[in-house]
Amino acid sequence: MSLLAYCEWLAATEGSIALHESMFMYPIVESTHVLALMLFVGFATVLDLRLLGLILRRVPVSQVAERLLPWTIGGFIVMFITGVLLFYAIPVRTYQSIFFRAKVIFLVLAAVNVWLFHTRIFTRIAEWDHEVLTPRAARRAGLASLILWGAIIVTGRMIAYNWFDCDIQPQPDFVNWAAGCVVPPPTP
Amino acid sequence: MLLPFFEWCETLWLGQFVVGSLWIFPVIESVHLLALALLGGAVFIVDFRLMGLGLKGRPVAELARDARPWMIWAVVVLILTGIPLFLSEPVKCYYSTAFWIKMTTLPIALIFAFTVRSRVTMADAVRNTARRQQLVGALSMALWFTVAAAGRWIGFS
Repeated sequence: MSLLAYCEWLAATEGSIALHESMFMYPIVESTHVLALMLFVGFATVLDLRLLGLILRRVPVSQVAERLLPWTIGGFIVMFITGVLLFYAIPVRTYQSIFFRAKVIFLVLAAVNVWLFHTRIFTRIAEWDHEVLTPRAARRAGLASLILWGAIIVTGRMIAYNWFDCDIQPQPDFVNWAAGCVVPPPTP
Repeated sequence: MLLPFFEWCETLWLGQFVVGSLWIFPVIESVHLLALALLGGAVFIVDFRLMGLGLKGRPVAELARDARPWMIWAVVVLILTGIPLFLSEPVKCYYSTAFWIKMTTLPIALIFAFTVRSRVTMADAVRNTARRQQLVGALSMALWFTVAAAGRWIGFS
């Protein structure tokens, strides 16, 4: 089963249709996604700004990271669950959205950044925990995180717009390729 | 009574400029959301601390002082981007319950942040009871969450 066929199957399920057509559930899920964003990206931003030496300069980096981590993880779980539900409500169109696809790529890059930070940089934190100016690698990770989460927010918001939807043709070949549109060959 | 004012807003150049473009509304909206995330971070680290959560090893006043410029910048960007978003559809906003909820809670949240909340965060520990701090932190979070949720809801009407 291709991913597109799977999304088509998903779109035909009762739950997907119910969520898609519901008067209140969809907006509630969408709003919860935004509230979790304030918490999750908000706290992630605080840690990033600390790594860049721009906020909480006198607080050790480890303290910022460890005290905020459970809430950051909690916020992410809410973001993820509501995000999955938003996809579930509109599977085919979302799967074929170039903005959604870009968002997934940025999410993977953000995850790699988190992984690198925790395995390579955070392990040696004792050496620079109290410094206002953190090592170059830590600053790079903080900046990368800021840029990636920003890109995730922007591409996520853009999913709502249908400029590049598969059912709006003609589109440039690149768009149809990137969105995975199934376009019938032009009739001569 | 206010409808003529909202109708007049609709004629303003800035709103027409936003309406006239496919891209400008989404771009401004994105910046609005980015600033919202920053606001969340700057406000909630202090609110969490007031409630005895998060960075509890640090004095409240220190966190509040550090977070304050970021909170102010986030609010400034939110208002500057919010105005053109509003001007692009003022009459729709007039008939939106969510808009009025937002416009009621937003000034309350702002006044609360710069009066009660800033006084409580800057006061020394002796004059603050834990309960008062918890209440102020919880109220601040609830207010900003309401503003944000109502703001999102404007788009659904």
